[in-house]
Amino acid sequence: MAFTILVDAITYASWLFVVSLGLTLVFGVLKILNIAHGSVYALGAYAAASCVAVVASWKLAPAFSLVAMLLAAAGVAAVVGPLLERTLLARFYGRDEVLLLLVTYALFLMLEDLTKLAWGVHPYFVSEPLQLFGNFALGPMRLAGYDLMLVALAAVCGVLTWAVLNRTTVGKIVLAVIHNPEMSASMGVNVQRVYTGAFTAGMFLAALGGAFTAPLVSVQPGLSVSVIVVSFAVVIIGGLGSIPGAAIGALVVGLARAASVHLMPEIELFSIYLVMAAVLMFRPEGLFQAVKARLI
Amino acid sequence: MRTGTLHLPCRRRGALRGLAAAAALAVATGACAQEAFKLGIVTFLSGPAAESFGVPAGNAAKTIVEQFNKGGAPAPFDKRGFGGMPIQTVVVDEAGGAAKQVQELRNLYQRENVDAVVGYIGSGDCLAVAPVAEELKKFLVLFDCGTPRIFEDAAYKYVFRTASHGAMDNVSLARYLKSRNVKVGAFNMINQDYAWGQDSKADFAAAMGALMPQAKPGADLLPKFGAGQYGTEVSALASRPADITYSSMWGGDLQAFILQAGGRGALKDTTLVLSAADHVLPGLLDKVPDGTVLGARGAYGILSARSPLNDWFQSTYASANGGVPPVQASYRMTQALLGLKLAVERAMAANGGKKPTPEQLADALRGSSWPSPGGEIRMVLGNGHQAIQGTAIGRTKFDPAARRVVAVDVQTFRAECVNPPAGTKSLDWIKAGMPGARCD
Repeated sequence: MAFTILVDAITYASWLFVVSLGLTLVFGVLKILNIAHGSVYALGAYAAASCVAVVASWKLAPAFSLVAMLLAAAGVAAVVGPLLERTLLARFYGRDEVLLLLVTYALFLMLEDLTKLAWGVHPYFVSEPLQLFGNFALGPMRLAGYDLMLVALAAVCGVLTWAVLNRTTVGKIVLAVIHNPEMSASMGVNVQRVYTGAFTAGMFLAALGGAFTAPLVSVQPGLSVSVIVVSFAVVIIGGLGSIPGAAIGALVVGLARAASVHLMPEIELFSIYLVMAAVLMFRPEGLFQAVKARLI
Repeated sequence: MRTGTLHLPCRRRGALRGLAAAAALAVATGACAQEAFKLGIVTFLSGPAAESFGVPAGNAAKTIVEQFNKGGAPAPFDKRGFGGMPIQTVVVDEAGGAAKQVQELRNLYQRENVDAVVGYIGSGDCLAVAPVAEELKKFLVLFDCGTPRIFEDAAYKYVFRTASHGAMDNVSLARYLKSRNVKVGAFNMINQDYAWGQDSKADFAAAMGALMPQAKPGADLLPKFGAGQYGTEVSALASRPADITYSSMWGGDLQAFILQAGGRGALKDTTLVLSAADHVLPGLLDKVPDGTVLGARGAYGILSARSPLNDWFQSTYASANGGVPPVQASYRMTQALLGLKLAVERAMAANGGKKPTPEQLADALRGSSWPSPGGEIRMVLGNGHQAIQGTAIGRTKFDPAARRVVAVDVQTFRAECVNPPAGTKSLDWIKAGMPGARCD
């Protein structure tokens, strides 16, 4: 039972981590709690469904559907990221964070309707990538190979993001902006470009999460709501803006959910928020966010 | 809110497709000078229930009202409009919660001055709006929601429901399993964690207890509505091997569950028993395991029997909606409109041909019966305000040549076999072993 709970927790956490990573990255750099993150997740799923359908119509090998999903996520991020950040969010920098929250909420509602306008309300199915990996036995369990691939994808996303931030010049610049945008600007850093890049990277992770979830679900309206709620729980548990926090937060949420489903299904819904409340009682800033000194 | 036209999302990408039913009608009938019957239609046009229930129901309303207005329906529904009155529709989105729906219903009656409202899929919405219509003394037909509590916990004069309530789903499934000698040593359950899922699992467990007492309940899972990820639930179900896995899930939740469980090979050793799943078949196709036991709260869609009325409905609906076949919500909307049409015309026959008042409409619909594409509808429960109808259960089989799922081993159940008698609460009746059920 413990093994099953652990495996279920890891597979659930890997899905959640990819989405939460983008959310926490955007907050870390831009200080925006982006509710529209869920809508971009849904856009990624829809775009992936369309791209995989195109690949199938071209009679390409099924493995190309994975490339199609990746390209779909990149395409969504390339369009949505700069567009939203430059034309909308940039107008509200420096304003109250609550106002930005409301702006992203409005964006969430608009993107929901735009998605429906573009793709309608009927479901799309893209199960080819799921079938590509088959299923296999792991101890007492039978798992889909696709689940294992998602775990690997989450690990790659986490390591790459960490490496870019901590081992590259670009990353050092981003960290400098996170730490103190005014000082970074005075040192010649183009803060605006960093904001756009970080927001686009966050959107890519959201769209990537949606794109690689598409084979597991029916892609239809309503996808964005549940993911954004649970992603918020993850980043709050881990600490807003912390990448290790997002990883641990996702694992904590995954463990809480898996344990409750196996041991006490009636409290499944409650368990995630119980853990969140417990963490916030002892560490109001989340598990991995250090208490910051005031700059002045 | 939209007046005079039905704008419904269509199946093709790109958006909303509308039609000008009333405008075309006025010209076609030459009835410009004649008083119109203004009809409120409430159904989900957005949100998770739109794709599975709301839009198919809305499309049915659009199609049937068009047919009524041009006199295109077969007898006894062949008079134009309602008794010659052209029908104008006002369509309202059911999304937004019960409090919003209460306000929207008031708006329909008091601002839009509709003569009747046909609507509501969500049980919570039905429970909230029924007392409002009663308070306003306005005519309301609930066409889809499943909770038995509407007329088991209250009595109404102006409120009707023209479809069987949800108890029938689970009683008929249990009767099917018993009748077909399906081996059920143990059964697992997975249902959405809200009123519908909770009520359904209680009814199914009680029906199994009454009809197949040897079957032992196993896992009892209640994932939240819209969860999307069911990997953990699939593991939990697999860890409690059972002959059948029952679910009342619907829409995207059910589709995701079947995809994820199927992807892990977890549906090979258990038979899925689904109470309301006909609408997911066209999308999932061969992903639905052959042999899945399926219900749709009525003899609808692939479970329906052929009849001239059903043939007309299926062909008319499909040709008006891009070839998409009707599913359960389409059938339920249609039977509500057919019943309302006959009630209006009966009331007009009794009052000298004038547009009927809500009281006259209520008198005409109470205790009535009429033919529908899914079989006869009879208003016999709730003092003549709640319908009963027969139903059908079958097993799925994917037809690779036709690229569609068909139903095999279909068994029909008469209404009195799977619905409680008047004056009895559903769950009490099921737990008592369904006394008085007539299944011959």
